[in-house]
Amino acid sequence: MAPTDAPEGRAAPARLGDRFATTHGWRVATVVDAWPETATARTLVLDVPGWPGHRAGQHVDLRLTSDDGYTASRAYSVSAPTDPAQPHRVQVTVQRVTGGEVSPYLVDDLPVGAGIEVRGPVGGWFVWEPGAADGAPVMLLAGGSGVTPLVAMVRARRAAGDRTPFRVLYSVRMPTDAMFVHELPGTGLDGVDAGLWFTRAAPPDAARPVGRIGLRDLAHHGWPAELAPVCYVCGPTSFVEAMSRMLLVLGHDMRMIRAERFGPSTD
Amino acid sequence: MGHVTASDDPAAPDPATADPAAPALTPGFRGRTRTSGVALPPGQYEVTDFPVLSAGPTPNVDERTWQLDVRTEDGSAFSWSWADLMALPQEDALVDLHCVTRWSKFGTRWRGVSLDTLLADVPSSAQYALVGCYGGYTTNLPVADLLGGKAWVAHTYDGRPLDPLHGGPARLLVPHLYLWKSAKWVRSITLLDDEQRGFWERYGYHDYGDPWREQRYQGD
Repeated sequence: MAPTDAPEGRAAPARLGDRFATTHGWRVATVVDAWPETATARTLVLDVPGWPGHRAGQHVDLRLTSDDGYTASRAYSVSAPTDPAQPHRVQVTVQRVTGGEVSPYLVDDLPVGAGIEVRGPVGGWFVWEPGAADGAPVMLLAGGSGVTPLVAMVRARRAAGDRTPFRVLYSVRMPTDAMFVHELPGTGLDGVDAGLWFTRAAPPDAARPVGRIGLRDLAHHGWPAELAPVCYVCGPTSFVEAMSRMLLVLGHDMRMIRAERFGPSTD
Repeated sequence: MGHVTASDDPAAPDPATADPAAPALTPGFRGRTRTSGVALPPGQYEVTDFPVLSAGPTPNVDERTWQLDVRTEDGSAFSWSWADLMALPQEDALVDLHCVTRWSKFGTRWRGVSLDTLLADVPSSAQYALVGCYGGYTTNLPVADLLGGKAWVAHTYDGRPLDPLHGGPARLLVPHLYLWKSAKWVRSITLLDDEQRGFWERYGYHDYGDPWREQRYQGD
């Protein structure tokens, strides 16, 4: 369903049933592959019979069932777009949250070959695909595991051979928390220009001292507001709030800022 | 926090006809211990009885005259009688309840009709809903929180017809929000482009009311 924030020239309303139609049923998926991204994050590849496909930025609900029938569901962003060669595959990357009910199991215990129920895909606003927004430049602001849906966008761009210029600002606490760094090069050679910020501890060869992404970083490394980039911000609520405020200070149009909040509350 | 079995949902896996070769679901997953206090939202305590809180007297609603009206932002109207409601696919919901007065009740069993089923063919792009009740109570919530398997019109509690004290013959059940959103004696759902505050909301209670973010009052 298209975002409905443009009341002018509104099209005829769709059935409410269509708004969530693809999310209603649970499908039994099989874990076909899994690997660690960091010491506390793991990527799972699920084979989902009948999967309708998904777009970068969307998420899926996973439902876990215990022996006594108790279930717990959580939402996870896809970390890769649908691969046309394997259209029933869904890849998610899960960050372990200490004391969480679901994420420690998904990161540490769920074996390859196991079944897990999947519902989705969900979401249509925090989404990027080649040709989106008339090819407007893209700025991705990631805080911690909030990089997950954003790396899916980078992968969607690469898979399509798309030329949309991307700039990525990625903030992590320390080097061992950084995921997907080999896919987020520090130069713009292929049109994806990424920078890494360390808020607690930086490696000796870090490009900048330890610290959060600030207004000057955003002004220097991000796209200027005059280029009207689409800005995707994903991370803990505090990160999303801080980044959104700075984007507005720098003159970005509120309607160009798309946010998704990640954090322990979703575990 | 709860789970739902959609007994009449053709998309739901049916254990009786499940493929015997299907993989075991999440082997070794135990979940949290389902005992006191573990999954309580901030500021809540567990109860094992079922407290009653209402803004006024309990209305006496006869199933023979009961009806549920849905009005869209364009003024289109839809209506269900009790027989209509009962003829729709029914779902069982096992959910936790969280009341803004700080009690939480775990593992409550309900039966009713998913709002996904009820509203499926209603044409609307409205973002907000104002729910109305027999007795005049109202409450507001986003349409998104009524859809997606998150809300029901419930008529059965713990295997028995819902007691009028708890909202019988039928109440809204939106267990992921504080319980005042789960309007008792539900009578109407008005779909709106702009949010309109309901009864408690006009008195300063939160427009959304997420117990896990402790949104009790406006400004929380």
